[in-house]
Parts: sequence; structure tokens; C-alpha cells
Amino acid sequence: MSKKDLFQPQQFRTPLSRARGMGASRHGVSHFITERVSGLALAPLTVWGAYAALKQVRAPHDVVVQWMAQPVNAVLLSLLLIAALVHLQSAVQVVIEDYIERFTTKTALVIGNLFVCVLAGAVGVFSILKVALTVTGAH
Amino acid sequence: MTDTSRGLPERPMSPHLQVWRWHITMACSILHRGCVVGLWVGAVILAGWAAALAAGPDAYASYVGLLGSPIGKLVLLGETFAVFFNVAYTIRQTFWDAGKGFAPRTADMTGAMAIAFAVVATIVTWVIAGGIGAF
Repeated sequence: MSKKDLFQPQQFRTPLSRARGMGASRHGVSHFITERVSGLALAPLTVWGAYAALKQVRAPHDVVVQWMAQPVNAVLLSLLLIAALVHLQSAVQVVIEDYIERFTTKTALVIGNLFVCVLAGAVGVFSILKVALTVTGAH
Repeated sequence: MTDTSRGLPERPMSPHLQVWRWHITMACSILHRGCVVGLWVGAVILAGWAAALAAGPDAYASYVGLLGSPIGKLVLLGETFAVFFNVAYTIRQTFWDAGKGFAPRTADMTGAMAIAFAVVATIVTWVIAGGIGAF
């Protein structure tokens, strides 16, 4: 066997494992793709978010409620929150996996990260919908 | 040592800060990680803001008052920087994913540009916020 052959990873993989394309992690490159695609979605959404924050920063409660009752604002803010949480759940998981060595600590933090992100998404989207759908006198 | 009680092979860890020479690309990388953790907190703050808005005028006034306090403003200033730095960093990473921008000088330049963009965009945003009487 030549030295070159030793560095051919194919010889350690079965044709079935190559066809599945999932690698050692068993979830392939989905995590990587999730981070990149959600990141691309967030680039315009966060710029809109900064604009929206500047528009609402001084507004009293009733004005913000009227703003939220506009479908475009409720939809974009929900998308911003969901895309941000999908992106950040993946991103923070990588940070945890990279720096926390102990298996139990790492697993607890990864699961806690997931739970906090899902909870923040549920609370946020429910609140946005509640404000947007129950406002009276919206135009 | 990594816990291998489940029979898992040890997985590679990221090099820690103390074994790295400070350099713009490395500084951008660790700054990006710090910003990601900061934005995670920011997303929770945003969800809390929506919940406060839904809870009524009093809850909303308290929550906005908290965000408008000196510590709140400091947090929001950091979040502003983190948002803009991550936007720039994501665009930079997209070029990397296409296999472009890895030449050391290019990577140095785009890293410096990402930081510069974030600083300028943060200043502009807060100047506008000050202009409309936000603080």
C-alpha cells in the first residue's frame, strides 16, 4: 500500500455510508447549512429590525401596538425573531461544543440552549400575534 | 479530559485564547463568537419586549424603562454593535463558503472592514437615536 492510499478516506467508508452522506455526526452538513442560510436571511431582516427599533424607540404603548397591528410589521418581526433564534441556537451550540469538555455539562448546556431558544420563540411569536390580532381600531 | 464513558472518541476542541497570537482574523473570529452569545441574550430581550407589549401599557412602560436605564443602554449599545458586526461577518463567511477571500491580505482586509462597518453603523444608529430624542 502506498503512502498516498493511506490518505484516501474512501477506504474506511462503506458505499452505503457514502450514499447516505451523513458522516460521523449522523446529521451530515445540515447544521452548517442551517447556520449559513439563516444568517443570510438575517442580514436584511436585522437591518429592517434596526430601522424599526429607531422608529419605535420613543413611541408610547398604544403607538407601538398600532405599529404591530400592521401585517408587514408583525410578519417581519416574527420572521426576524424566528430566524435569529434558529441561527443563534445553532451558533451557541457550536460555542458550547467547542469550549465545554465535560460530557454532562456540555449536554445540559446544549439542551438548555435549545429550550431557551424555543421558549423565547414561542413567547415572542405568541405575544406578537396577540397584539396584532386583538388591537381595536387598526387600519 | 473528554468524558468517553459512552464509548465516543475524543473530538477536537477549539484552541483557547491563551495559545493564540492576537491577529485581526483571529480577533474577528473570537469577537464574532462573543457577539453570537451577546445576540442570544438580545433575542431573549426581544422576545421579552414583545411579551411586555402584549402584557399592557404598564408592563411595557416598565420594560422600556429598564432598557432605557444606563445598564440597559449599555446592553443595547453592545447589541447594536453585535448585530452590525454579525451582518458583515455573515457576508464575509458567505464569500469564504464560495472559496473566495482566503488570501491572508484579503482576509485581514475584510476582517478590518467588518469591524469598521460595525463601529460606523453603530455610531450612525445611535446618533440617529439621539437625534430623535431617544436618550
